Amino acid sequence: MSRTNKESDLLSQGPDWSFELIQKYDEEISKIAADFGLDTYPNQIEIISSEQMMDAYASVGMPLGYHHWSYGKQFLQTEQNYKRGRMGLAYEIVINSSPCIAYLMEENNMMMQALVIAHACYGHNSFFKGNYLFETWTDATAIIDYLVFAKKYILECEEKYGIEEVELTLDSCHALMNFGVDRYKRPVPISMVEEKARQDEREHILQQQVNDLWRTIPILEKSEHQHRKEFVFPSEPQENLLYFLEKNAPLLKPWQREIIRIVRKMAQYFYPQRQTQVMNEGWASFWHYTLMNELYNRGKVEEGFILEFLQSHTNVVSQPSFDSPYYSGINPYALGFAIYTDIKRMCEAPTEEDREWFPDIVGRPWIEVLDFAMRNFKDESFILQFLSPKVMRDFHFFGVENDVLDPYVEVKEIHNSSGYQGLRQRLAQQYNLSHREPNIQVQRVDIYGDRSLMLKHTMDHGRPLNEDTIEVVKHFKRLWGFDVRLESWDGDQLEQTYTSQINPEETSS
Amino acid sequence: MSYIIDRRLNGKHKSSVNRQRFLRRYREHIRKAVEEAVNQRSIQDLDRGEQITIPKRDIHEPHFGHGEGGIGSIVHPGNKEFATGDRIPKPEGGGGQGSGQGDASNQGEGEDDFVFQISQEEFLNFVFEDLALPNLVRKNLKEIKEFSLKHAGVVSEGTPSKLNIVRSMRNAYARRMVMSSGSRKKLAEVEAERDAILASDSAPEEKAKLAWLDEQITLLKQKIERTPFLDTYDLRYNHHVKESLPSTKAVMFCIMDVSGSMTQETKNVAKRFFILLYLFLTRNYEKIDVVFIRHHTSAKEVSEEEFFYSRETGGTIVSSALKLMEKIVKDRYSPDQWNIYAAQASDGDNWDDDSRICRKIMEDSIVDLVQYFTYIEITPREQQSLWHAYEQVQANHPDSFAMRNIVEVGDIYPVFRDLFQRRQHESNQ
Repeated sequence: MSRTNKESDLLSQGPDWSFELIQKYDEEISKIAADFGLDTYPNQIEIISSEQMMDAYASVGMPLGYHHWSYGKQFLQTEQNYKRGRMGLAYEIVINSSPCIAYLMEENNMMMQALVIAHACYGHNSFFKGNYLFETWTDATAIIDYLVFAKKYILECEEKYGIEEVELTLDSCHALMNFGVDRYKRPVPISMVEEKARQDEREHILQQQVNDLWRTIPILEKSEHQHRKEFVFPSEPQENLLYFLEKNAPLLKPWQREIIRIVRKMAQYFYPQRQTQVMNEGWASFWHYTLMNELYNRGKVEEGFILEFLQSHTNVVSQPSFDSPYYSGINPYALGFAIYTDIKRMCEAPTEEDREWFPDIVGRPWIEVLDFAMRNFKDESFILQFLSPKVMRDFHFFGVENDVLDPYVEVKEIHNSSGYQGLRQRLAQQYNLSHREPNIQVQRVDIYGDRSLMLKHTMDHGRPLNEDTIEVVKHFKRLWGFDVRLESWDGDQLEQTYTSQINPEETSS
Repeated sequence: MSYIIDRRLNGKHKSSVNRQRFLRRYREHIRKAVEEAVNQRSIQDLDRGEQITIPKRDIHEPHFGHGEGGIGSIVHPGNKEFATGDRIPKPEGGGGQGSGQGDASNQGEGEDDFVFQISQEEFLNFVFEDLALPNLVRKNLKEIKEFSLKHAGVVSEGTPSKLNIVRSMRNAYARRMVMSSGSRKKLAEVEAERDAILASDSAPEEKAKLAWLDEQITLLKQKIERTPFLDTYDLRYNHHVKESLPSTKAVMFCIMDVSGSMTQETKNVAKRFFILLYLFLTRNYEKIDVVFIRHHTSAKEVSEEEFFYSRETGGTIVSSALKLMEKIVKDRYSPDQWNIYAAQASDGDNWDDDSRICRKIMEDSIVDLVQYFTYIEITPREQQSLWHAYEQVQANHPDSFAMRNIVEVGDIYPVFRDLFQRRQHESNQ
C-alpha cells in the first residue's frame, strides 16, 4: 500500500461530527465509489435523534405510514429494550426510494457516520438500484408518494367509518400480508396522482365485477345447469390471497378493498428485501469495508479512525457458532460479506479448488463479476451460485435434518469435499421463501351454495402449520364474509382441517 | 450529489398516535395491571409511571407459518466435532431446533411477557379513570372571590409599565413611512434632476437651477427629519382583563383513630387510602391543604409524620376529632372559599355513648360544611355502634357522606373506586 500521509489531506481529526464534515466525507466517499463504478440513486442523508430512530423502527423504517396499533406495539418494545440497554439501535436505516433516504443518528461519532454513509448511501443504495428484484418489483421514485396516498386514504376511512372498523380490516390484512404477493406477475408502478384517479374508477368497476360473480338472478334453467358443471371458481388455485380477496370477496365495501390493496402493495414493496437479505447486507458490508479502507489508503483518515472502524466492522460481520449463547441463526451480514469477499479473492488469487469450482470467475476483473452477482440473483440462487467451499470451511457449516418422530437429529453434510454440494443446496433452500413459508392457495369457492371457501395447504416435508392457523383462518373469514375451511394435504393424504367457527358477533364486521 | 438534512428538530413523537392506539386496544389489560400496582406499591410511590406487563400471546399477531413436525432441515455454522452421519440426541423437551428453520428474522423470543412503560400521567389516568369528585358543581355556584389577570390583546391606552414596545415601534415605523412618503418621493425626483444636470455639460443658466435644487433638497431633508420618531398615538399597551376564578382551593381532612386497638398495619391501610384521595384531589384542584387530625380520647392536629407513625394508647372518643375538625373549618377554612373533603379511618371502636354524639355533630354541621365525607372502617370483625350511627347519616345524606368497610390491603383500591365512581346524575350535569 502506498500511503501518502500528509496532515493536510486528513478530512477530520477527533471524534466529533459536523454538517460540514459529513458533507466532506460524503463527497470523498462518493468519489471513491464512482471510481469503483458504483451506480447509485441520489442520496438524502438525514440526521435524526435516537428517539426518532425508534420512531423509524416502529414504522418498519418508512418515513411515514398509516396508523395502526401494531406499530405502537413495535415502538413500545423497541423503546423498552433500548432503555434497558438490552439492545443498541442499529446505526442506520435506509429506504429504497429515489432519492435514497438514509438516517444517521446524532449520537454517533464521525467514524460511525462515515461508516453509515459508505454502508447505506453507497452500498445499499447501489443494490437497490441494481438488483433485478428491486428493479422489477419496486419503483423507488413512487414509493414515498404512495405512502402519502395510503396514509391519507386510511385516515379518511377512519374519519368516515370509524377507527375500529378500519383497525379490524387492517388486522386481518396484516395477518395475511405475507400472502399478498405476486410472485410471477410484474406490477406496473404508478404515481400518486394516477393512483388517486384510478381508485375511484376501480371502486366502481370492482364492485360491478364482484356483483356479477355473485349474481343471484336465475338465468334460464337449462343454461344454469350447464353452468354448474362447467364453471369452477377460481379456475386455477390462487396464491395471492389478498389479491383474491380484494377482487372477489362478495361483501367487502369499496374502501375495504382499497385497504387490502394498500397492504398488498406494501407487502409487494418489501418482498424483494425479504428475498435478498444476505445479498443486500453482504453487498453493503463489502462496500463499506472497501470504501473505508480506500479512504485510509488515500490518506484521508488517520490510523485511529481506521482501527476504530475495523472494530465496528468486525462486530457487524461476526458469526457466533451454533452453540454460542449469542447464536441466533446465520448472520446475513457475515455470510454475504464472506461470499462477496471470496468472489473478489477468487478473481484475483484463485487456488486450484477455485479453478475447479468456479472456472467462469477466476481471473476475471472482480468489479465486473461482483456487479454481475449483485444484479442478477436473489439469496437462494446467489448462494447456490457463489458459495465457495472455502467460505463453507471458514464458517464450519454443517447441515442437519430433524425428523420430529426421530429422537435424534442427523448430521447430513459437513464442510468436506463430499458435503459441499449438498450443504450448499441445503443452505440455499433455507433462503428460499417458498420453502420458508407454507404453500397455501385458494382452491375452491362454493359459488352456488353457501359461498364457503376452501384453502389448500400443500405440505412440504410433512411440516404442519403453526398454532396461529385457526386465528388466521378467522381473519380470512372476516374478509371473505362466509365460512372458510383450510385443508392440509400431504401428497394425497388429507392431514388436518381448520375451519372458521361461525360467530354471530364477528359477522358484523 | 447528496442532500444532507437536519431532521432532529422535527417532532420525535411520530409514534405517539400508534402508541395511543395500542394503549386503547389493551386498556383492559393495562387497567388490571394498574389495579394490581396500586395495591402493591409502597405508599409514596404513586407518583411515578408503571411498568405494564401483558402476556405475549395476548398481543400476538397471527401469521401462517410452519409448525413443529415433519422433517426440518437447517444449516448451522461452527461445526467442531460432527461428521457426516452423526446422530445427535435431541435436547429434552424441545424439537425447537427443527422447527425454527433459521428464519432469518429471528424475532420470536418465546412466550416472554410483553413489557412496557407508561408514564406517571398515564398511570394516574388509569388509576382515576371514570372517577369523579362528588359535588364538584357546588364550587362553581359559590360567590366568586378570586381573580386572575389574563392577556386580552393590545390597546391604545394604558400605563407606561404596560407599554408594548414592539407593537409601538412597529406603528411608529409605519406612520413615519406614510407621513414622509410625499417628501421622500419629491426628494428622489429633485435629486435625480440635480444628478442629471451634474452629469451633463450644462449651460451656465443651469447652474442657477442647481443652487435652487440644492436648496430644495436641504428643505425636503429637513422636512423628512421633522417627522416625529415616536408619537403618542403610536403607543400600544398590553391589555389585561380580570377574570374571575372559580375557587380552586381544597382542603382535605385526614382523621384517624390512633387508640391502642389500631395496629401499624391498620394505619398503613388507612394511609394508602389517604394517599389515593390526596392524589385524586391534586388532579382536580390547584392548591390543596391537608389537615391531619388524630384522636384517641382527645383529638389533636398533628404533622404528617406524627400522624402516621407516633404511637399512642388509650380509649377512643371519635366525637373529639369531629369537634376539632369543625373548629378548624370555622377558624381557617371558610366553606365559601374552600372545597372541603374529609376522610376518616378507624377500626370501628368507639366509646358507646359517643357514637350518638358523633352522629349529631355529623348531621348538624359537618355534612353541610363538606363536599364529601368518606368513612372507612378497617376491620374484619363485625361492625359496632359507630358504624350503625354513621349508617343513619349515610341514609339521610347520601350525596355528601359515604362509608365502606375494608378488610385487607387489596380492598383499598376497589373501595376507593366504589366511593368515587362517577355517578349517573352527575355525568348528566
